[in-house]
Amino acid sequence: MSATGLAIEATGLVRRFGSVDAVRGVDLAVRQGEIYGFLGPNGAGKTTVVRMLCTLLRPTEGRARVAGIDLVEDPAGVRLHIGAALQEASLDLAQTGRELLSLQARLFGLPSDAARRRIAELVELVDIGEALDRRVKTYSGGMRRRLDLALALVHDPSVLFLDEPTTGLDPASRRQVWTEVQRLNADRGVTIFLTTQYLEEAEALASRVGIIAEGRIVAEDTPEALKRSVGRDVVIVRVDGEPEAAEAPLRGLADVERLERAGDEIRLAVSDGPAAIPTIATALADVSGLTVREMALRRPSLDDVFFTVTGQRLNEHGFESLAGGAR
Amino acid sequence: MTAVTLTVPARRGGPGRFLADLLTVAGRSLRGASREIGTLIPALIVPLFFFAVNVGSLEKVASAAGMGDYLAFQLPVAVIFAVTGVSRASALVTDIASGYFERLLLTPVNRLALLLGLMASDFVLVVALCIPVLIMGAVLGVSFVTGIAGIVVFVLVAAAWGVAFTGFPYAIALRTGNPGAVAASFILFFPFAFLTTAYVPKEALGGWLATVADVNPVTYILGGLRSLVSTGWDAGAIAGAVIATLVVGTISIGLALAALRRRVRVP
Repeated sequence: MSATGLAIEATGLVRRFGSVDAVRGVDLAVRQGEIYGFLGPNGAGKTTVVRMLCTLLRPTEGRARVAGIDLVEDPAGVRLHIGAALQEASLDLAQTGRELLSLQARLFGLPSDAARRRIAELVELVDIGEALDRRVKTYSGGMRRRLDLALALVHDPSVLFLDEPTTGLDPASRRQVWTEVQRLNADRGVTIFLTTQYLEEAEALASRVGIIAEGRIVAEDTPEALKRSVGRDVVIVRVDGEPEAAEAPLRGLADVERLERAGDEIRLAVSDGPAAIPTIATALADVSGLTVREMALRRPSLDDVFFTVTGQRLNEHGFESLAGGAR
Repeated sequence: MTAVTLTVPARRGGPGRFLADLLTVAGRSLRGASREIGTLIPALIVPLFFFAVNVGSLEKVASAAGMGDYLAFQLPVAVIFAVTGVSRASALVTDIASGYFERLLLTPVNRLALLLGLMASDFVLVVALCIPVLIMGAVLGVSFVTGIAGIVVFVLVAAAWGVAFTGFPYAIALRTGNPGAVAASFILFFPFAFLTTAYVPKEALGGWLATVADVNPVTYILGGLRSLVSTGWDAGAIAGAVIATLVVGTISIGLALAALRRRVRVP
């Protein structure tokens, strides 16, 4: 592993396909044992970066080290230390899960008794269970993803690349993959580089998030810090009665930094939403002829971060929500 | 579920592991073939069908023309039909399309073993496909003047030809990654199998067909195989079959290796 304590280090990574600049200078410093979320819409360059870091694509420019090994100078050495579950589970549907795991173990040079032990461990780790001896074509999407994950772990890699690991899965299967990713990281200290186009996935799993747009990282920090950096909490109040009567008392509150009103909806920008809500509720209770119908707190999202750093909404790039469908 | 500790270190692949990798790839390929047995049925039925039809329709004509034992003359043709064009190239192209081939590239597997392992499994398959044809020949009364040793050499030469031919579909599979193109490669079978001495001896061919048959390697392979059935240990005929196989194998496997190099190169 790298003496710098970094599992992934990249400087000025560029990848061109003909005249198309897919990646335009990406710098990365992912610490050992970290889950790094790489967030961006389709076509932003996420997969191209992952394929370069996995040695499946050569950088046009720039340098990168994975597990302390230079990608270009020793790609075979890098491959021994990484596991990868790329977009879509890449499996041979005619084989059983056990056969694929055994084959993977043999290709990594594990002796047969060690391979048997390893497979038993992995089956427990990714919860494939009795399906192990069934042909993969009978597996559900979630089971295929978990087998794909197990295959990536056969040789005990220190760095794991997961390229959109839950795309196409139902919510229950997604949660199961999340649980396994978190356990791998917590129990075994595996560094995980996770690309996703799901905001919720990045927030749930990643200790740090990099947002890539048009081939460049446009923001990078912990999810909370990113959100704090771009805005205030917003308290949304819907009222019955005369909402204009509430403006004066609300503007007088110390917590309220900005007030906007549209119809029966009042939006209040505050520095600390949970702390401000009781004060706002009390102020509104004193306004005669006004009844509070609904009060909600909206906190800044990674979508807001994206909007701030790029000037565009994520949904303009086809981002999806875990609830399904384009937002 | 409980947390587990994975303790076995990975080992770097190297030249010493080539054979292990080759056997691993071949084993997987044979397992896959055994589960897609339907894809081998044409290779089993077509030669037996042509053997029966050719003998049934032409035996009397051949006899009248003084060609001798037409069953023995047709047996090598049936075997060539059985072994030509049988390969795991369609499975390879499926691996490429599904991304599984890329997963294999992320392992330290010897890249050459990815192709030669498939060819090794093809060798096993074509040897297996020779057996029903030989049994049918034996049932119909064909005997080898060269005995058991002749049968072994017969099968080895036929299987070597079968493997030599696989280089073409593998080259197409690796170059294009296109299942349709691989399926279309079967067209190559026809000129090799029919523009030759499949029905009559070389001396009986005339015009352009005689010229084409002269340069068709299958003509020499059939000559070698027929010598083992009917003539005896004819070193010249057997050498002709071996040389023809080597020439075709060098070209086709050379094309496949070039396509493999291109496929596994990091772009």
